[in-house]
Amino acid sequence: MKVTVVINRRPEIADPEGTTVRRALHELGFTEVAEVRMDRVIHLDVDDDDQDRVRDRVDVMCSRLLANPVLEDYLVVLG
Amino acid sequence: MRVAVVVFPGSNCERDVADVLHDLGAETHLVWHRETDLTGFDGVVLPGGFAHGDALRTGAIARFSPVMAEVARLAAVGAPVLGICNGFQILCEAGLLPGAFIANRDLAFICRFVEVEVADTGTFLTAGTRLGSVLRIPLNSYEGNWVDPTGQGRIVLRYVDDPNGSQAGAAAVASAEGNVVGVMPHPERASDPLLGSDDGLVLLSGFLGAPVPV
Repeated sequence: MKVTVVINRRPEIADPEGTTVRRALHELGFTEVAEVRMDRVIHLDVDDDDQDRVRDRVDVMCSRLLANPVLEDYLVVLG
Repeated sequence: MRVAVVVFPGSNCERDVADVLHDLGAETHLVWHRETDLTGFDGVVLPGGFAHGDALRTGAIARFSPVMAEVARLAAVGAPVLGICNGFQILCEAGLLPGAFIANRDLAFICRFVEVEVADTGTFLTAGTRLGSVLRIPLNSYEGNWVDPTGQGRIVLRYVDDPNGSQAGAAAVASAEGNVVGVMPHPERASDPLLGSDDGLVLLSGFLGAPVPV
């Protein structure tokens, strides 16, 4: 089963890379861009078709390794 | 005093810190990160570098190295545990120190001397310093921007002129008990006037004076 994990830094935590990309967009004339956040997307190919079990285990993967609970939230999308 | 200096795949400052601690009088041993027994060691150093290539996040994979259970055990019994630069990042990922690291405010890899001011003399790292004294030590990091959403972290050293956006200007942070300390600049690189400064010696000397758990 394909699983997509989106890791996003919480809004109150600075994102220096996003700030730099926003500045570059502004210099190219895209001044309507108010904010850029550089989330991380991780694609997993899991050898299991049990949706509940996959969701549970990917949740643990996120809380233990893939996301840092101090800074980040995550979203798991199955299929 | 027997000190273990942990070597992760990608560590690159282990010999520097081991040499300086040895010159100060410690018995130092380089210990591979897969070691599972640090019995007989009185303290441990996680050196600088790029453990596991900084994959995912700095320190995110190193925190699961087998040796980290022993690092946590030494921390729990009150032994001095020091993380320098990447070692500091690993200690945060491991939850042995508060906070986490993000990229420097200006997205620059900063490699130069910085001045830090002693904000807390109650840790082994700063036991030989005076409150408010200023030390000149090299910084060498891209992700040195410490973030602590709790705002409760115990700050030991502050940058005089914050170069990387670190919260409250923190350059070194301790656990509540003070025996686990992370420092972002490299005291081992300020260990001889020939290197431009020997201000790091007073910090690393504190390691040898730290109380040794029974």
